[in-house]
Amino acid sequence: MKNQRRVFLQSFLGGLAGIVTGVFIQPLRALAAWPAELFNAADIKGALGGNEATATGEINLKAPDIAENGAVVPVTVETNLSNVETITILVKENQRPLSAVFILGPGVQPNISTRIKMAKTSEVIAVVKSGDKRLSASKEVKVTIGGCGG
Amino acid sequence: MASNTIKIRAQLNGEVAAVKSLITHPMESGQRKDAKTGEIVPAHFIEEIICTLNGQTILTALWGGSISKNPYLAFNVQGAKSGDTISLKWTDNKGDTDTAELKIGS
Repeated sequence: MKNQRRVFLQSFLGGLAGIVTGVFIQPLRALAAWPAELFNAADIKGALGGNEATATGEINLKAPDIAENGAVVPVTVETNLSNVETITILVKENQRPLSAVFILGPGVQPNISTRIKMAKTSEVIAVVKSGDKRLSASKEVKVTIGGCGG
Repeated sequence: MASNTIKIRAQLNGEVAAVKSLITHPMESGQRKDAKTGEIVPAHFIEEIICTLNGQTILTALWGGSISKNPYLAFNVQGAKSGDTISLKWTDNKGDTDTAELKIGS
């Protein structure tokens, strides 16, 4: 009897410690280190850390209809939404969909351009975090030559 | 430490500075196979970019291996004026870094 109670106590305390450290570590990690688990995720949901994004017409995602070279696809994400905290760019069909996360500081307008690699024809998705909302826009980009060594 | 890998320009338009930069970096995703040997080319890509305006961080970019080789980054920052300093620092997955600074011209 006594033994069982001890086991129960140990597991309970262990669980509690896990919850407490989890709560404290989470915000720190969000600010600092490169989030390997998001970048290594194999699907969109994993790449967004389990968060869902709602489609909106308020994000302007500029990308070519047809990319002749998947290794260099210019992408611009622009929005008039206010309080934009982050802009995330994902490529649905890439082995690792998450391409980039931009964390906007004071004064930076939600209008960012970069160039990405696409393994094959895919939907390109932009997710904008504005306050506690996550909104998304997507665009299909046809790739005629692969971006990964093709 | 890498050097001279960053080209950065800023064009002031009223209070808004349009910042454009080009970085020389292989951006190997770690998934590409060498065409001759058939072996996977090890991952070597920029993970983090930090841009500052007069020392204050204004933009942090976290990148994966699917950003194109010799990456391009453009953004606009409001509240900039002539003589302000913009800096850009990158860090890659091997811990290599480079920094460039620019004084916004009039």
